[in-house]
Amino acid sequence: MNHQGEHGTMLKVTGLQKVYRGGATEVEAVRDLTFDLAEGELVCLVGPSGCGKTTLLKCIAGLMPPTSGTVELAGRPVTAPPPDMAVVFQEYGRSLFAWMSVRANVELPLKEKKLGKARRAELVAESLEAVGLTAFADAYPWQLSGGMQQRVAIARAIAYEPQVLLMDEPFAAVDAQTRADLEDLIRAIWRRMGVTVLFVTHDIDEAVYLGERVLVLSSSPTVVQDDITVDLPAERDQLTTRQDERFTELRARVYAEIQQAKNSAKGAPENPADGAGTGAARASTAVH
Amino acid sequence: MSQPTQTGPAAPAPAGSAPAPARGARPRRPHRGGAARRAGSRALHVLLLPVVLIGVYAYASATSSSYYTPTPDLIASAFVELWFSERLFADVLPSIARLLTGFTLAALIGVSLGVLLGMSSRVRATLEPVLEFLRAIPPPVLVPLMILLAGIDDSMKILVIVSGCVWPILLNTVEGVRAVDPVLADTARCYGIGGTTRLRVLVLRSASPQIMAGLRLALALAIILMVISEMFASSSGLGFAIVQFQRSFAIPEMWAGMVLLGLIGFALSALFELAESRVLYWYRGLRAAHRGE
Repeated sequence: MNHQGEHGTMLKVTGLQKVYRGGATEVEAVRDLTFDLAEGELVCLVGPSGCGKTTLLKCIAGLMPPTSGTVELAGRPVTAPPPDMAVVFQEYGRSLFAWMSVRANVELPLKEKKLGKARRAELVAESLEAVGLTAFADAYPWQLSGGMQQRVAIARAIAYEPQVLLMDEPFAAVDAQTRADLEDLIRAIWRRMGVTVLFVTHDIDEAVYLGERVLVLSSSPTVVQDDITVDLPAERDQLTTRQDERFTELRARVYAEIQQAKNSAKGAPENPADGAGTGAARASTAVH
Repeated sequence: MSQPTQTGPAAPAPAGSAPAPARGARPRRPHRGGAARRAGSRALHVLLLPVVLIGVYAYASATSSSYYTPTPDLIASAFVELWFSERLFADVLPSIARLLTGFTLAALIGVSLGVLLGMSSRVRATLEPVLEFLRAIPPPVLVPLMILLAGIDDSMKILVIVSGCVWPILLNTVEGVRAVDPVLADTARCYGIGGTTRLRVLVLRSASPQIMAGLRLALALAIILMVISEMFASSSGLGFAIVQFQRSFAIPEMWAGMVLLGLIGFALSALFELAESRVLYWYRGLRAAHRGE
C-alpha cells in the first residue's frame, strides 16, 4: 500500500492475527491483517458484521495482545495502550464516568498527563467548544441525550491531543439525524487538528462519506479485502456529497466487495467477540 | 468460582422519589411555597403512625395492671431524668463511641479487603473458603473468646462490633468491584488512568452503590452488637444499663433505655441517608434517567 503521501507512516499493522482459545475450540477472529495509515489520514474500516472489527481495534489500542503480528504507532511497537492514542467507543453511556461532570470527564485524562491547571482548563474549554457542549460543562453525562454523551466522549478524546484517534462504531447507537451531525463534526475536527483517524464502522455510506480511504475487511477469519481511495472533495456535505455520482459509485463498489465477502464466507463461524454490540444498525445500506 | 451469597440487596433502593432532572438541563430547584407544603405533608406522613402507636400503647398500658408496661408519661419522665444526667457521659456517649469506632474499623477493613478480593481472582480463590467459614460464626458467640483475648474493656466490645459488621461491607464491596464496567475499565486504560487514581476514580466510585448498601446493613448490625457486647462483663454502656435496670426492676428506666436505643438507631440511619444522598447523587440520577427512557 502506498498511501503515505508526503508524510510518514503513523500506524502500521503487520500480519495481525487473533485466535480466541476456549478449551478445545479455537476461533480465528482475525487471520492476517496488514495495512498502514499515513500521518494525518482519515481511514474507515468497514466489513460485514462479525468480521472482527472490535477485536482488531482492541489489538491496535493495546487493550488486547494479538496472537501474532505487530502494531506500530509512529515507529514504536504497541504492547499496552500508548500515551498518544485516544479511543472513542460505541457504548458512550458506559465509557463516561457517571459520577463526574462533563468537565471532569474531559479533564481527568489531562490530569493523568500531568498537565498544568491552566493548560487543562484551556484544552477542556476548546474541546467542549468544538463539540458544542460549552453550556453543559457542569452537567452529568446521564443528564444528556445519547448524541450529546458521545460528543462528550469525542471532546475527551480530542482534548487528550492524541496522534491517533481510534473510533469503534461510535455512531452505531445514535439516531440518524444525530449521526449525520456527528459525522460532520468528525470531519471538521479531523481537518482542523490534522489528527490521524481510524474509524471502524459497519455502515458503508458512513465509511465513504467520512473516509479519505476505505479498507474493506473480509468475513471472519479476517483479511483486508480491498483498499479504496475515496477521491471525493475534502469539503463534504450531507446533501450534495451523498448525491454526488462519485459517492454513489464508491458506495456501490464497497457494497459489492462486502457482498462478495459475505458470500465467500457462508458457513464460516461467527466471530464471538464482535456482533453483540452492533445491533443498532442503520436502515439505509448497513451490512447485514 | 462460586459467588459469595449476598447479605442484602446489591444496590440500595432509591429512597424518596427525586424527580429525574430534565434531559439536557441543570436540575431545577422546586418553588419555595411548594417545598414548604411538601415538607408539611411529609412531616404528617412521618409522624402519623408513631403518634397512633404511642396512643394505642398509652391506652393499653393505662388499662393494664401489669407492672412491666408503664404508661408513656412514666417512661418519658424516666427518660428525661436518666439521660439528661451524668449517665449521658457514663453510658450513652461511650456506647456511641464504641459503635462508631467499630463501624469505622469494619468499613476500613471491609472496603480495603473487598477491593483486594474483587480485583484479584487468585486472592479470592485463596481467601474465600476461610471467609465463608468465619462469616458463618455468629458474632455474639465471639464475646467469651474476646473477653479472654482482649479483656473486658472497650477493645473487646469494638472487636465484637467489627467482627459482625465487616461481612456485609466486605461482600458487597467484592460484588461492586467485580461489576466495574469493562468498557469503562478499557476507557481508563486507554487514557493512562492507573494505580491509585484508577482505584479512586474508577473502582471505588463505580462500586460505591454496593459499598453503601453494605455499610447500611452494617450500621444496623453495629447497634445490635454494641448492645450485646455491653451485656456481658461490662460496667458501662446502654446495653449494660438496660440489663441493670431490668435486674433491679426499674421498669420505666428499662423502657427509657430501649426508647433511647431506638432513637439512636433512627438518628444514625437518618445521618447515613444524608451521607448516601450526597455520595450517590449521580447514581440516583442515572437510575432515574434510565427509568425515564
